[in-house]
Amino acid sequence: MIEAPEKTTAAKIVEPTIFDLSSPGRTGVTMPASDVPETALPPKDLLRSDLPLPELAEVDVVRHYMHLSSFNYSVDSGYYPLGSCTMKYNPKINEDTCRLPGFLFTHPLQPIETVQGNLALMFQLQEWLKEIAGFAAVTLQPAAGAHGEFTGVLIMRAYHKSRGDTKRTKMLIPDAAHGTNPASVGMMGMTVVTIPSDDRGNVDLKELEKACDDTVVGMMLTNPNTLGLFDEHIDKVIELVHGCGGLMYGDGANLNALLGIVRPGDLGFDVMHFNLHKTFSVPHGGGGPGVGPVGVAAHLADFLPEPLVGIFEEAEDDVPPLYGFVKPAKTIGRMKAFNGHFGGGFVRSFTYIAMHGPDGLKDISQYAVLNANYLQARLRSTYKVPYDRICMHEFVAEGQFEGSDVRALDIAKRLMDYNFHPPTNYFPLIVHEALMIEPTETENKDTLDSFVDALIKIAEEAKTQPELLHNAPSTTRFGRMDEVKAARELVLCCWLPDNYDVNA
Amino acid sequence: MTYIPISPKERDAMLETVGVKSLDDLFDAIPVKHRFPKLNLPPALTEMEAMDELSGLAQTNENVRNDLVSFLGAGMYNHYIPSVVDHMLRRGEFYTAYTPYQPEISQGTLQAIFEYQSLMSALTGMDVSNASHYDGATATAEAVNLAYAQFRGKRKKVVMSPGLHPQYREVVRTYTQGMGVDTAGDDEAGIGLSPEAFADQVDDNTCLVIVQYPDFFGRVYDYTKFIDAVHAKGSLVCVVANPTALAMFKTPGSMGADIVVGDGQPLGIPMWYGGPSVGFFTTRKNMVHKMAGRLVGETVDNRGQRAYVLTLTAREQHIKRERATSNICTNQGLIALGTAVYLSVLGKKGFRQVAELCYQKAHYTATQLSKVKGYKLSHNEPFFHEFTLQCPEPVTEINAHLLEHGIIGGYDLGQDYPSLANHMLIAVTEMNSKEEIDAFVEVMSEVSHD
Repeated sequence: MIEAPEKTTAAKIVEPTIFDLSSPGRTGVTMPASDVPETALPPKDLLRSDLPLPELAEVDVVRHYMHLSSFNYSVDSGYYPLGSCTMKYNPKINEDTCRLPGFLFTHPLQPIETVQGNLALMFQLQEWLKEIAGFAAVTLQPAAGAHGEFTGVLIMRAYHKSRGDTKRTKMLIPDAAHGTNPASVGMMGMTVVTIPSDDRGNVDLKELEKACDDTVVGMMLTNPNTLGLFDEHIDKVIELVHGCGGLMYGDGANLNALLGIVRPGDLGFDVMHFNLHKTFSVPHGGGGPGVGPVGVAAHLADFLPEPLVGIFEEAEDDVPPLYGFVKPAKTIGRMKAFNGHFGGGFVRSFTYIAMHGPDGLKDISQYAVLNANYLQARLRSTYKVPYDRICMHEFVAEGQFEGSDVRALDIAKRLMDYNFHPPTNYFPLIVHEALMIEPTETENKDTLDSFVDALIKIAEEAKTQPELLHNAPSTTRFGRMDEVKAARELVLCCWLPDNYDVNA
Repeated sequence: MTYIPISPKERDAMLETVGVKSLDDLFDAIPVKHRFPKLNLPPALTEMEAMDELSGLAQTNENVRNDLVSFLGAGMYNHYIPSVVDHMLRRGEFYTAYTPYQPEISQGTLQAIFEYQSLMSALTGMDVSNASHYDGATATAEAVNLAYAQFRGKRKKVVMSPGLHPQYREVVRTYTQGMGVDTAGDDEAGIGLSPEAFADQVDDNTCLVIVQYPDFFGRVYDYTKFIDAVHAKGSLVCVVANPTALAMFKTPGSMGADIVVGDGQPLGIPMWYGGPSVGFFTTRKNMVHKMAGRLVGETVDNRGQRAYVLTLTAREQHIKRERATSNICTNQGLIALGTAVYLSVLGKKGFRQVAELCYQKAHYTATQLSKVKGYKLSHNEPFFHEFTLQCPEPVTEINAHLLEHGIIGGYDLGQDYPSLANHMLIAVTEMNSKEEIDAFVEVMSEVSHD
């Protein structure tokens, strides 16, 4: 079937675009006729002359998207050990609870008396997240992790400003941090001071001490960090930052390691974002929507974005409390329109937490950590683990071998031939040819063993048949991409075919 | 142990491989005094119990399909969602995949986003669209980031129309704290100004002017001359558009807009008490390098097959870190997919029908209400599916009365615009039958007789 490409021939089309599939005059879902007396349309010069959308029948649309779906690898179809992304199984009940009509069809500006179920759920979720991470207050509003970070940094800035402490402009960020950390700070006009890691993967205390002065806004720390390691001197790190008047920001991307294990608020973190789409099973959706609530210690509670859900009237006897929206006294403002990612986010996470309880949550983290350590133990003799100690929910290995030109990218692509999604590669930046592996708690031992076997086999192939890796993947529906062509030609959208009859 | 597929025997074998005796032994790096806190949470529910609890919460709400009739819009709209949309969104291959960093095994997501980008460009009349933002408000704030970067930070003023959604203006103000950007223009005195007169607010320090289409009060303006006037002063123009209106009204692209953003919720996404929805972001090709967010481009694979990849990633946070245009990482992939399915299945004809139904029903409602003593339409400009009504009583009182009759009235404009106390913003969509509209008018007239 697949012929060798020639330079002059057009690319072979595997699935036409929705525009390619369009046929003039074909219709899909149609709407009822109007039941009101007709009003004249506005003047023609206010109207558009054409609407160049595709024309298809419903079956055409379904087949098209079914074909596309079959080109995707997903958690439902296989093992997805993508480090830092917590690609755990997403329970199916969440898909049903979040689509209950009472949630789907409520308007965000409805009178509060008519949406007490929504508000009770939000209030309860705020309370649960406070308890799980040890904070005094939580906002559910931020739409994703990076949005939560931005929220957190705005809160830190507002806190210092409210104290008249205006010379603080430096944010301390470890070299292993996610790229969103410095980017969030960059949006605020602050400067980033990078703190190196020591040889055990902890924050380098000497370097940190040198950087701590009265111009420090705070420190943004992911703990466990992106090497999957819990900082062995976390108390000292926080003491140093607090000692110079800075605030401690926790990147909650790796919270899946800490449920019922330790509460970041107890350790002294002042502010932290959660990633409900990682830790609390909101599915990743091919890149979103996420949900990034932010928790803060008591001294920052007044700065949270508005609105929060509060109790307007306390419960009495058999009458439940009346919930409503409240505005924190010194709020940084509003981070997005309306009330946050309620349906697709809060309802799913609420369902998930309710079904786990305190013991179930601890199980999640214990097994996430067990699975990671099991993989690390079985792989360390084949792949170098540069920071080799008991890890948390993930670990980072090097995807390179002495005397071989095989790189982490080749190993990642070759894993696809064994029907696994590759780990995150080339991150964190402090490990050469990084392979960042996060198994999550929802994988069984058989899957983990097959994954290890594949990686060991690939390491052998790297020595004996490196071209297998350089050319991988070969068994997938699509091969490696010409990314240079994409960036050079910048074809970013398609249209109806040239000879399309728009008036049919 | 609900979703953990490891037996006690397997656990013990794994612990032995790791070289520790118990699960607790894996956590020696955690400070002892804070290790293993007792969480004060309710005990775990089974699936059956959880479904019962969630159903109970959902039923405590009164929703606008089964319990109430709604004339509330103000940025989120009750539209019919064809069944096929959710059937596609429920495909595990779509909703349990991650961001398509590995294009060989993510072509489903990538092609779907490419098509979404194409549909948004076609709808707005612009050259390029990104893969989406969180919502319309944050997309608007990202337009400020783009404009600020376009002038390399040398123009520091953003002019917002008072006819821009109040919450969108709040979000722009939140985002620009610390950027050294001033916001101006959106005081109430400007509500009655024509767009051309509003252009006087623009000076040579202005990087961006933001207007809404139709504006928050429902008015539809042809912004062509206004955009020309703003361009003459060197500033960029962002139009925040309602996507359903774009099925019939001329495109902001054809009026000369530089950036067109908006909220995609009306395109087949449930209101879901406010989210998640999706923010679309479109612009001209010459600004694509400064646009935030993910971008999918066409290419070929090494087998000569047409394929798609994330492109221009060098703009993004994971490469540029603190020098990135924006910190955006997650987009609204699944919701964007929903809007694409919606537009595909309605197509040119069905989507235009939706818009015309909204137009007809809103105009019928406005005509009927304007006949009731004490009520008056506030504006003479053309409108689409939302309009402003001057009322004889405070809107809160009218809405309380409507609610007694199972109707959610319009948005109380007085809460954002003190000069518009007793003004209601009413939205009517294809979901409102003539019978419902007549009942609404009837109950409204009872208030004016009181």
